[in-house]
Amino acid sequence: MSDFIIEMLQITKEFPGIKANDNITLQLKKGEVHALLGENGAGKSTLMSILFGLYQAEHGEIHKNGQKVLINNPNDANALNIGMVHQHFKLVEVFSVLENIILGVEPTKYSVLKRNEARQKIVQLSQQYKLSVEPDALIEDISVGMQQRVEILKMLYRDNEILIFDEPTAVLTPQEIKELMAIIRGLKAEGKSILFITHKLNEIMEVADRCTVLRKGQCIGTVDIDQTSVEELSRMMVGRPVQLIVDKADLIPGEIVLAVEHLTVASKLHKNNAVKDVSFNVRAGEIVCLAGIEGNGQSELIYALTGIEKPVSGRLTLKGHDLTKSSIRDRSKAGISHIPEDRHKFGLVLDYSLAENLVLQRYWEPRFHQNGLINREAVNQYADNLISKYDIRSGQGAQTIVRSMSGGNQQKAIVAREIDKNPELLIAIQPTRGLDIGAIEYIHTQLVAQRDSGKGVLLVSLELDEVMNVSDRILVIYEGNIVGEFDPKETTVEQLGLYMAGARRNDVKGGQV
Amino acid sequence: MIILADIISATIIFAIPLLLVALGGMYSERSGTINIALEGIMIIGALFSSLFLNYAEKSGWGASHAQLAMLLAILVGGVTGLIYSLLLALASVSLKADQTIGGTALNLFAPAFAIVLSWAVQGQGQTTIYIPTWIKITQANFGLTISENPGFWEAMIFKNLYLTTPVAIVILALTIFLIYQTRFGLRLRACGEHPQAADSVGINVYKLRYIGVAISGFLAGIGGLAFTIAAGSGFQSTVAGYGFFALAVMIFGNWNPIRIFGAALFFALFKVIGSYSGSIPFLPSFSGIKYSQYLYQMLPYIVTMIILVFTSKKSRAPKAEGIPYDKGSR
Ligand SMILES: Nc1ncnc2c1ncn2[C@@H]1O[C@H](COP(=O)(O)OP(=O)(O)OP(=O)(O)O)[C@@H](O)[C@H]1O
Ligand SMILES: [Mg+2]
Repeated sequence: MSDFIIEMLQITKEFPGIKANDNITLQLKKGEVHALLGENGAGKSTLMSILFGLYQAEHGEIHKNGQKVLINNPNDANALNIGMVHQHFKLVEVFSVLENIILGVEPTKYSVLKRNEARQKIVQLSQQYKLSVEPDALIEDISVGMQQRVEILKMLYRDNEILIFDEPTAVLTPQEIKELMAIIRGLKAEGKSILFITHKLNEIMEVADRCTVLRKGQCIGTVDIDQTSVEELSRMMVGRPVQLIVDKADLIPGEIVLAVEHLTVASKLHKNNAVKDVSFNVRAGEIVCLAGIEGNGQSELIYALTGIEKPVSGRLTLKGHDLTKSSIRDRSKAGISHIPEDRHKFGLVLDYSLAENLVLQRYWEPRFHQNGLINREAVNQYADNLISKYDIRSGQGAQTIVRSMSGGNQQKAIVAREIDKNPELLIAIQPTRGLDIGAIEYIHTQLVAQRDSGKGVLLVSLELDEVMNVSDRILVIYEGNIVGEFDPKETTVEQLGLYMAGARRNDVKGGQV
Repeated sequence: MIILADIISATIIFAIPLLLVALGGMYSERSGTINIALEGIMIIGALFSSLFLNYAEKSGWGASHAQLAMLLAILVGGVTGLIYSLLLALASVSLKADQTIGGTALNLFAPAFAIVLSWAVQGQGQTTIYIPTWIKITQANFGLTISENPGFWEAMIFKNLYLTTPVAIVILALTIFLIYQTRFGLRLRACGEHPQAADSVGINVYKLRYIGVAISGFLAGIGGLAFTIAAGSGFQSTVAGYGFFALAVMIFGNWNPIRIFGAALFFALFKVIGSYSGSIPFLPSFSGIKYSQYLYQMLPYIVTMIILVFTSKKSRAPKAEGIPYDKGSR
């Protein structure tokens, strides 16, 4: 018998214009947590999709317990006890938790669903693995964390032994990440073998036993976690040492760029207002960070600033111009750039090409026109320029359909578009979500460069490390109020945590330093 | 009282085709394929089932086996509708063509084909295919005598009773059960909401979409016959927009079989008020206006538009409908 429960040998997979996997070998030991690390677009999701039967490799073999197997579709994978939690969850929103879990393997009698039997098994599994879910709640009504537990239960319900997690922590809050780490340890204790993709090196150090590193479709090597370090991993991944802390010079902030006065925004989820009478400023040459636990009104606040939603009351001005009632386009022209939270919903037209997405905020400018028609050549030239300047990687350059790009490179495209507009105020929501450390370093540098050139930056982030690292001033938002204002040099993560959880507050009215 | 009984019974007979066809549309859309070809499929189903009934009449066999002939006619309508709908499935599921264009093509082809075939069978210019009268279910079928002065219930039930009515009710009950209680229903709905999710748990999205469209073809085909019976003057190569009407019923019914039933009754009621307006005493007659009789006949269409304006915003279509499923995309 072989030591390895799964071996992927010399796997090669090509997409138009790109070798996503180039002769990759990955060996998973029974009962281990095996991390998969690599830059955005390195081919991690592709490799896992091959193991799960969503894609077929052009070359290479997959072995289970030393025996060659063919995996042509998810059914085959399932029969081999392989399960996967996808980077973007595959849950039917209007179905209940129970229906999603049983879909595809429904227990039936005369083809009538046996919901009670399913419910019993789900309750039993959720107790055994400490995965709390409400079987009858609809997916659209539950938190992202619970949706993920549903995905995990889906695998356990099918008695899967090999569990693939594709970037499970990218969408979670710090608290939920802690819970997931405990869940993964629990799964390992029950003898499951786990493949785990993440960009966060501290998570790998925490739960993984071994780690395989990919770079540009190739396998760089596999290391034991207790014989490596964060620095070595990041060097393997990017090919050079990565600076995890941004350097930035002290700057004295200038005039006020954005002034928010008594802003109140309604909530879509409940009757109370999501943002309650909030006032603050962002000045030229500073990065103001809005910290808070997800769902405390930061999304709604940003919607009101960018014009996606209308505030109930209050005023906002950019360099003295009242923009409270302006359209999104006018705000954009006035100098607001927006890196949105949900890149698929607000950031990109997924079925347009990269070039078209890159000019989405300025295609009406005369330079992109000729005789009233869009000048393709000018658009492509502009796009090629951004692609090389911001290192956006894709299969077919400017003509790539954005949907086919890796998540990290989609994000880079938005960053490029928004920063290249040379805005007065850059609003960035979770700009590094799902990005590799090289790209994070890059985006942090860009944010600081904006600040250094005398622009204002408003950053919303759930990651306290990021908050402490790049901001000049921190505002903590809790239940729609700003409950504290801090200088990152004079505060600690613990203290911020207390304010974010609502355990302490000193209300900030007017938000002046 | 008798007028009320008449109105109720006429409402039911007009609601039946709407119910059948809207349920059909629902199967298709729940699987993720917009079936705009319902109108054309109805015409095909009506054409062949009318021809069949006509043939049964001429051969003399029909009159003596009326309800059996009617049952066969229902099957003929359903099966021909199903076959015709497979063209839509082929175009929009296998070939991933635009579903609206494919459906429109089928809608344009059907009436022309119906006229050609009617003429070919009956002779040049003979557009109307007459439906024999013996298909009606009467008191005699239950061993009852036909009374001179029927009471309220008798009038309501037997005024317009055809086999299509009980068949439609059975199909409604079966649909409620299938969609919500069975493995098939769960999988069908998953394909219309999130085909990638369905695919990732090993469900064959293409197959289920074919089945969804095929069922819609079967029901729309029967609906074509039911409409022809309700219209009363035989088949004239048209179903008068009822296929589109049924789409509105389906949307108003929020893709939910019970609500679709309610919506079908509601729309049919307006249709009947339109045609009975002259004999309903309390309705104003607008006699000052030229052609005022047409005002009420416009009613169902106007009501449809108004209701769609108000409900289509709140209604919730299957999320992935209209988008051809492509395994490779993500
Ligand atoms: N279906 C597809 N069609 C065309 N190209 C694809 C497809 N899927 C992936 N690619 C390309 O293959 C490469 C690898 O993508 P993959 O999603 O595996 O990256 P990844 O390592 O998971 O990155 P990330 O960390 O950003 O999720 C990318 O360049 C991507 O553009
Ligand atoms: Mg990925």
